Order: sequence, then C-alpha cells, then structure tokens
Amino acid sequence: MRPFDYIRPTDAADAAERISGAGVKAIAGGTNLLDLMKLQVETPKVLVDVGRLDMASIAEDGAGLRIGALVTNTNTANHARVRADYAVLARTILAGATQQLRNKATTGGNLCQRTRCTYFTNTDQPCNKRKPGSGCGAIGGVARLHAILGASDQCIATYPGDMAVAMAALDAKVHLTGGATGERTVPVRDFHNLPGQTPWQENVLETGEIITAVTLPPPVRARQIYRKVRERSSYAFALVSVAAIIAKEGGKIARADLAFGGLAHKPWHDPRLSELLVGETPSPALFEKVADTLLDSADARGGSDFKIPLARRTLIAVLTEATEDQL
Amino acid sequence: MSETIKVNGSDHLMPADARVSLLDFLRHYVGLTGTKKGCDHGQCGACTVLVDGVRINSCLTLAAMHGQQEVTTIEGLGTPDAPSDLQKAFLEHDGFQCGYCTPGQICSATALLDEIRAEWPSDASDDLNAPSLSDEEIRERMSGNLCRCGAYANILAAIRQVAETGA
Repeated sequence: MRPFDYIRPTDAADAAERISGAGVKAIAGGTNLLDLMKLQVETPKVLVDVGRLDMASIAEDGAGLRIGALVTNTNTANHARVRADYAVLARTILAGATQQLRNKATTGGNLCQRTRCTYFTNTDQPCNKRKPGSGCGAIGGVARLHAILGASDQCIATYPGDMAVAMAALDAKVHLTGGATGERTVPVRDFHNLPGQTPWQENVLETGEIITAVTLPPPVRARQIYRKVRERSSYAFALVSVAAIIAKEGGKIARADLAFGGLAHKPWHDPRLSELLVGETPSPALFEKVADTLLDSADARGGSDFKIPLARRTLIAVLTEATEDQL
Repeated sequence: MSETIKVNGSDHLMPADARVSLLDFLRHYVGLTGTKKGCDHGQCGACTVLVDGVRINSCLTLAAMHGQQEVTTIEGLGTPDAPSDLQKAFLEHDGFQCGYCTPGQICSATALLDEIRAEWPSDASDDLNAPSLSDEEIRERMSGNLCRCGAYANILAAIRQVAETGA
C-alpha cells in the first residue's frame, strides 16, 4: 500500500469538503477500497474516513424506508421492515459476500463497489477503466465473466454487486450531497453509467459528492424473488442474477419489476419488460418473448457467450416461479 | 493524546502509520499471533476477529478505523487451561488438520452462534424470519472461512454440537 494521510471528518458537509481534492478518497467499510489499495489499483493520497458520520440508521420515510449510507449490509438485511416488506432486498444482500464482509460493507460503499474484472485488478494488464487510453485486456482476452449488454469497445466489465440489483427493481432513490447542485436525488436505475468511451466514470457522483442515504418506495404486495446463478453455492459473484417483484390479479400480471445482475456495467433494468408483461396472462410463449426482448442486443464477444442462454433460462425460471402459485 | 484500541481487555496505542491493517496491528504491534494472515484480501477468513462482538476480516480494515473499539481475538476467547466451548469442541471433533485456519474458524463460529440466537437470516434461510440450524445454514454462514485441509465435516460437527448442547 502506498502511504496516505488519514482524516476523520466531523460531519457530512466537512466530509464533502475534504473529499473534493485530487487523490482523495472516502472510506467507510473499506472492504473493496483497501483490497484495491493493496493491489495498487487505488493509490489515494488522502483517505477521509466517513465511517463514523451520523448516517448509520434506518428510518420510516412516509410509507417507505430510508436507509442511511453507512448502514451495514448486515443491518439492512436484518431489519424487520426490510425482511417483511422488501424481501428481495434482504435476499440480494444475503446472496452476496460473506457474513464477515456484510458486517463491514455499507450501503453507500456497496453502490460504489468496483468491477471484479481481472484486467482491472491486475496492474500489469491494459485497462481503460484503471488507466484511460491503455486499452482493454478483456476484449479478446480471457473474458468469461463479462458484460453481454451495454458494453463498449473500451470496456466490457460488469458491476459486481447484488444489493443494487434489488434496489433497481424496487426503483429506490440515491440521495447525494456536496456536489455543485447541492442536495439531489438520483434513481438507483440511473446511478451507474454504461462504460461508453469513459469507463472510469462508473457512476454519476461528482467530485466532492457523497451518498447520504437510499430511500425505498412504499412496499407493494407482490412476489419478490432473487435468483443468483454463480460458480459456487456461496461467496461468489453472479454470472447472472434476476431480481423480480411480480404481482398477479385475476389471472393476469398486474405488476412486473425486473432487474438483472452480472450482465452489464450497471444493474440492468429494461422498461420494455414490464410493458410486455403487465396485463397479460402468464405463459411460456410470453416469457420467451420477454427474454427475446431483454437479449435482443446481447453481444458476449466470445468468452461470455454462455451467459446469453443462461440469462434467458434464469429469467424464464424466475417468471415461472413468480406467477405459478399466485391467482 | 493518542488513540487506543482495546484488545482482549487491554488498551494498546494506535500505530503512527495509517497503513497498518487491524490484522498487522494485532500480530506485529500487540504481539498476538493467533490471528492468521492467509490471503490478506478478505477471501479466506483466517484473519477473522470480533470487533465490538461482530465478526470481520481484520485484513480488510485499518487499525486507525477502530479507535476506542474493542477487539476480541482467538486468545481472548479461551486459554489452553480454560478453552471456550467451541475450542473444546474443535479438539473433540478434530475440526482441523494443519490448524492455520482454526483461529478464524473459531472466531467466526463464536459470532455465528450469537447471530443464530439473534435470528439473523442467511442465504440458506427458507424463511427470512425463522432461520434454522440445518447443516446447510451452518455451511452457508461459515462460507467466509476456508480450510484447505478440508476439515469441513468436522468443523460442522463441532459447531453443531455447541449450537445444540451449549457445550
């Protein structure tokens, strides 16, 4: 690890002020950042430890819920309201990492988790995300776990997290402070960027801006499912994952919110899928059509070819499970 | 006035170099070498300790982040003369071969028993509000602790015994 100065800010405003300089990074749980600092993928000159700021509680937010940026993954998954009303969120968190890591990982940090692409974490390899202009080692390299949707000729990395996939399905909002526009709110669905020509700009956070909370909308009565397909039964990142919130009324689909992990540089949400499903009677033909639509622009560039049929089958399995035992 | 960290009940001065991980602090500054460095990247769990009673990977956190907090290591759970119930059970069930992962396994399992008592759910819980004590649950909850000797069956037996009998 390269030397750095360690600072503890007094409050969120002080933190935002202190992280606005070059080479400054905020640290909360540290499970991702310190890992990358040991690899010298991250070499901050200053670490601003926001971990003790007053943003570690979960509170009612109207009929919804406000989860502070410093609430640990464990405390979110354990929360009675999350378990009862937002089961898909509890399930995504529990499907990720290990108990030791979830005890440390925070809501804000988890949203900012960086890709697990091995060309990004190996400083001997080219990577446009780590070193703009150096090229992409994954394109044409060993790229088994890479994006099949929304990638670019600069970067085919995936966003690795689970929690944000449920938050995208739930249409949760990220609350930010410290940027040029002061306080603002961004839907989780729009928080992460596609790589395009600037793969190092992974999300919409501006210089000096920090996440203060995530708010969940009022809960809906619906079947909530998270299906994560991975290479080990525990402690592995998703090859493909599907978060689904699906309600039926009178034999027809009344609500269908879907988001996907492992497929792209961000939690993937395609509004066309809800439009295809809502108002329809569930059937294998309908589910095939939804999968066709999800994957109509899929491009796996060789190594991740297997993810295209895997995403299709996982989506159809989840839609079938979500609709077969509801009237 | 320098900050301190409490380790197994004793106060220790924070290192001057902010880069020191909690793991290196315990081993090289406090001199408690029970906590082990396996991968140093949060993948193996050999460095698991309890901070304010909660299990974490001590390799993926800085000592500087834990001022005024209370760390419990394997040395704080029991001694050769007065081992904890889990330490006794690991011996009884031969829950190790080389022993390198064992301090992390036992710290992790100590927290696991508290978590199950507090009804924390896991990925293996069919009902998020009613976690069970199935083998599947224990394996899932211990998935952050690798044992390259493969003593998993005996580790599971040791944890199960303490979970069921309290000794």
